[in-house]
Amino acid sequence: MATHSLQDMRQQASVAAKVFIQRDYTNGTVCHFQTKFPSELESRINKQQFEETVRTLNNLYAEAEKLGSQSYIEGCLACLTAYIIFLCMETHYEKVLKKIAKYIQEQNEKIYAPQGLLLTDPIERGLRVIEVTIFEERSLTR
Amino acid sequence: MKNCEYQQIDPRALSVSPSSVQNHTEKKVQRLRRKWEVFPGKNRFFCDGRIILARQSGILPVTLGLIVVTCGLFFAFDCPFLVTHLTVFIPVIGGVLSLFVVTSLLRTSFTDPGILPRATPDEAADIEKQIDNSGSSTYRPPPRTKEILINQQVVKLKYCFTCKMFRPPRTSHCSLCDNCVERFDHHCPWVGNCVGKRNYRFFYSFIISLSFLTSFIFGCVVTHITLRSQDGKSLIQAIQESPASVVELVICFFSIWSILGLSGFHTYLVASNLTTNEDIKGSWSSKRCTEESGNPYSYNNIMTNCCVTLCGPMPPSLIDRRGFLPLVAASPATETELPPFPVKNDTNMCTKSTKDVLERLVRSLDSRGRCPPGAPKTTPVAVEISAAATPPAERSPPTGCSRQHAGRHTAAAPCPPFARGRERRDSFQSSNPAFRLASPSPSLSRTFILGEAPDVGFIPPP
Repeated sequence: MATHSLQDMRQQASVAAKVFIQRDYTNGTVCHFQTKFPSELESRINKQQFEETVRTLNNLYAEAEKLGSQSYIEGCLACLTAYIIFLCMETHYEKVLKKIAKYIQEQNEKIYAPQGLLLTDPIERGLRVIEVTIFEERSLTR
Repeated sequence: MKNCEYQQIDPRALSVSPSSVQNHTEKKVQRLRRKWEVFPGKNRFFCDGRIILARQSGILPVTLGLIVVTCGLFFAFDCPFLVTHLTVFIPVIGGVLSLFVVTSLLRTSFTDPGILPRATPDEAADIEKQIDNSGSSTYRPPPRTKEILINQQVVKLKYCFTCKMFRPPRTSHCSLCDNCVERFDHHCPWVGNCVGKRNYRFFYSFIISLSFLTSFIFGCVVTHITLRSQDGKSLIQAIQESPASVVELVICFFSIWSILGLSGFHTYLVASNLTTNEDIKGSWSSKRCTEESGNPYSYNNIMTNCCVTLCGPMPPSLIDRRGFLPLVAASPATETELPPFPVKNDTNMCTKSTKDVLERLVRSLDSRGRCPPGAPKTTPVAVEISAAATPPAERSPPTGCSRQHAGRHTAAAPCPPFARGRERRDSFQSSNPAFRLASPSPSLSRTFILGEAPDVGFIPPP
């Protein structure tokens, strides 16, 4: 019987290239990714679509790190309870991260995977880059 | 595709005797490890990855010991006298302060300070490509820097040779912990950990509450001795009656100077949104910079700076200590021995999960899928093997890596003070072998933890 090894699987949808969208620090240390459209993706995806994705991600991260009354209340409450409250409840940031993960999954399923692309959630790269994996255009059936 | 892959292993496993099947599956289960076990930095982990400490935490027991001893002596020897002579609130205030101090200290020590995970090989290669294409013959090229504009000010980003990436602004590499830490303040030996973005507020509350505690104890002890010596006795007699007070006095006297000084210094840093690292290096001092430039991170408002540093949103840990490493697909030859566990990088996981997404699309469009869709999970043995890889795919194909599972899995021995709420919601599963075979997918991941928990014990502190 034929063994399907991991190598065989990779051949079916092999990685052609990886593009990394770096962070943009012009506004400080807030999490913001560059919206410049990488040239390697030109053949695969619409520029507006991609920029829209990155812009939405940037907005979501801005919402997570927003210095508003909610974050201050959360911070003060945490301080008063000697930060024990962080062990019990989910912080606002974590809630937004879940939203981001869902958004990326949805974008991958609807838009990027059909084009042979895959966006990696930046949290898995330490919020340093958005990794876009480009798969070779090749039929998946042998 | 993963279903296919692991289905192949199934017949082989079934063809051997049940005991070796058990061994085989146990070996498979044993191989599922968490990311903290292969963490490249010099850190130690406890409670199955929930608690993180620097490797050298030598003075933390001393710090804890000093605090506990001083508070103990205070409650045992000074409080009874002061309660009868003054008020009952003294031990109450003392108790609240001590609790605050110890909690903040433990939070500072055991929290990830904001460690940046090292760059994946693909990322590092991409950066290298961008820097130079010349193919330098020297092993270590000259230090690489990148200049960027932050709030209209030029900031130099340095390349970290250990972590293989350009350090984000305000990030520094701690040589003791061998990690890049975001908003690196300093490595505190008293606390046994770096102080960075994620635990600075705990550190600050620790030193502030410790200042209050030492001042309070100092004041109470002085009051105690004074009151004793006022009852017609001399000072020497009063001290002889309560020798513990002298010990407390000495400890508090010497601590107060340093602690109060440190609190004052850090209050200044918080108000100007600086780190100790930046202050020591004089990165934004007026001597080095021109009139226009200054600290680009400051909001130029003391209240805003304080609120941002201390009450801002709590950033998440980026290193995903409790996530699972991807399982290695075992070949027949390695069945008899535990293969050395390779440090698989996230690229393989994401690649695999992409295959799932693409697979599903292909299957939905064209039913010539190579593998029969669905449930190798119905086969008991294959269940455990495939579940390791499929949960990432099943739950979140694009993200793949087990980030999302960090909160859902229970270890066999949860650490009470630090167990997160959502993990407690998961029911504690008994290590009943029958459970493994009976339950379908949601509990599969827990099976692995049960299987591996005996291996992943507590790392005993030195």
